[in-house]
Amino acid sequence: MCLAIPSQIVQIDGHDATIDVAGVRRRTSLMLLEEVQVGDYVIVHAGFAIQKLDAQAALETLALLREAAAAADKDVPS
Amino acid sequence: MNDSSKLFSEDFRDPALARSLLRGIARRADRPMRLMEVCGTHTMAIFRHGIRTLLPPTITLLSGPGCPVCVTDAQEIDAFIALSQHDEVIVATFGDLIRVPGSYTSLQKESAEGADVRVVYSAMDAVQLAQAQPDKTVVFLGVGFETTAPTIAAAILSAQALGLANFCVYAAHKTVPPALSALMGHPAVAIDGFLLPGHVSVIIGLAAYRDFFQAHPTPCVVAGFEPLDLLQAIDALVTQVADGIPALENCYPRAVTDSGNPKARAVMDQVFMPCDARWRGLGPIAGSGLAIRPELARFDAARRFKIAVVEMPPPKGCACGEILIGLKTPPQCPLFRKRCTPMDPVGPCMVSSEGTCAAYYRYHGGTD
Ligand code: SF4
Repeated sequence: MCLAIPSQIVQIDGHDATIDVAGVRRRTSLMLLEEVQVGDYVIVHAGFAIQKLDAQAALETLALLREAAAAADKDVPS
Repeated sequence: MNDSSKLFSEDFRDPALARSLLRGIARRADRPMRLMEVCGTHTMAIFRHGIRTLLPPTITLLSGPGCPVCVTDAQEIDAFIALSQHDEVIVATFGDLIRVPGSYTSLQKESAEGADVRVVYSAMDAVQLAQAQPDKTVVFLGVGFETTAPTIAAAILSAQALGLANFCVYAAHKTVPPALSALMGHPAVAIDGFLLPGHVSVIIGLAAYRDFFQAHPTPCVVAGFEPLDLLQAIDALVTQVADGIPALENCYPRAVTDSGNPKARAVMDQVFMPCDARWRGLGPIAGSGLAIRPELARFDAARRFKIAVVEMPPPKGCACGEILIGLKTPPQCPLFRKRCTPMDPVGPCMVSSEGTCAAYYRYHGGTD
């Protein structure tokens, strides 16, 4: 039921939007999400956009992961 | 723009980073630990990415009551089927539900016998169906957690705005935090940490788990669905367990905030209020369901139709109840792969693509 694939908003018409899901166009409702703009990446569930994805937070998580990975690799006894 | 799409997907699948994370996990997981995911989409993602086979033997991953169709009580399934037997009714539902066996039959079998059962992708499709079929009553089967409930609520509000008299919902929604408390209070259940559901948390936010966490201080980490998301969350849980310092942590901040999605919650609260609900595997849990508010009673199928169902014992030998609370794994069910297969399922955990038995069958060929 959940599309864990990020979808990009390509067009907004009132309460509805056209999204691009890995190259496929679909319709989604925007009734459950505040302040969506064309270009935003959203999570879509059962025909509704339920959250915007935060690029800054994604970058921070990746930076943390790289740090953790570097630390894990350094500690490996050779 | 393409860069962003890569940022939200490929970047979280980097195999080199995954290997390093796995090394860290293997080193820190120095004692046996049982970690439970409470989300059907996590169950599928964990199997699809082969994560179980990559983890050290000290870590046992359990699938909890996170598949909405699986936790739906047999009596509710029987009620859905009873609704489909009304001549004037079109039952609209998400696909997984139609093959779930009730006590005597399934929606699919009833459909073959002439009942009008339609699979829809969104609750909005059911509203449109009601508009197109004014001489029929469309009953949508509302199954799912906090991720799905707002979408059903939005459909009810749309039907109200359209003045539709022939659309209603049989609400069998469930909410996650009360189920976590019920699991912790269960005498036989032993869980060292929870992988909290990503999309439920998108709606309810990290804040919604605080009461549970205070009452049961146990390691809790919100996780996303890419391989690195899952490994990062498992690493966080392992660290909390090893250090003996439980925390409520968010490893999916690109989608989950502390307050969740307030608009979706407002829509949900406008339509639903908490009620007691019965879960397969866990039994009745106070305040774990969502009932349609009295002022919207005309959209409530449970009030519009007299549905009489008798309590029946679960299918003989089916271990779904124990699997849903982590007491058994599918290969420990005597029917697994023998009488029960995805082609001919006995219990809901084998029907739903998010069900644990179906996932084991598909990815492990039936071995542990
Ligand atoms: S294998 Fe089938 S019968 Fe056994 S627990 Fe799973 S769904 Fe139930």
